[in-house]
Amino acid sequence: MTYRADGLTALGDGTRRAIFERLADRPRAVGELARDLPVSRPAVSQHLRVLKEAGLVDETPDGARRIYRIDPRGIGAMRDWLDQHWDQALAAFKDFVETPEEPAP
Amino acid sequence: MTIAPVVKQISVKAAPERAFQAFTANTGAWWPKTHTIGKAPFETVVLEPRVGGRWYERAADGAETNWGKVLAWDPPRGVTLAWQISASWAYDPDLITELELRFEGRDDGTTRVSLEHRHLERLGANAAAVAEQLENGWAPIMQLFVEFVGA
Repeated sequence: MTYRADGLTALGDGTRRAIFERLADRPRAVGELARDLPVSRPAVSQHLRVLKEAGLVDETPDGARRIYRIDPRGIGAMRDWLDQHWDQALAAFKDFVETPEEPAP
Repeated sequence: MTIAPVVKQISVKAAPERAFQAFTANTGAWWPKTHTIGKAPFETVVLEPRVGGRWYERAADGAETNWGKVLAWDPPRGVTLAWQISASWAYDPDLITELELRFEGRDDGTTRVSLEHRHLERLGANAAAVAEQLENGWAPIMQLFVEFVGA
């Protein structure tokens, strides 16, 4: 699982990084993002467009608004690692539990 | 949008009390030695047996590296832990992914152990920051980790 090159370029901008981090916290609408950041609403929309084209955020309509959220594909690698980790850890745990306890001295 | 939790189930030939004890009080005895984030290999893994208790590894020189904390403590039925290890393999006090363990005794004397590791989407902001830092995405991060734990 790798980020696309354009995704890295997209996050090279400080404002886009700030937007992305806010969306990782929870999904938000454009207006809410603009209130939190020292940039105009059209500028936020433009940054969101770049992030979306880079595959880093996704949007869903909510009435007249659009709600933006992070696209979780980039987290897939960590999840894959955890999936394997727990298989391995639980197998070791099972071996340990099923080994008869040493008799008390 | 959320990330699907990691869900596992195994059956062990032991009573719930013993399984719970082994998981929480003897973690260091079975935890994979390579799956660690401390600077030195761990000598033991400590889980303080109460809500709010710390969960950490301790090296031979006494150095402690936090992993997380206890969110729910219900021996021998279950325990929920905060796994606060980020996608850059470091303890992050602001990150909480939840790890829930359930221990269900059965009539034949075995215990069904259920594990759920959830809220993995919270790894996202950090994952992106790491990718940006290394400018090459996830593959080299995983490679660094493999080399780190393999050393």
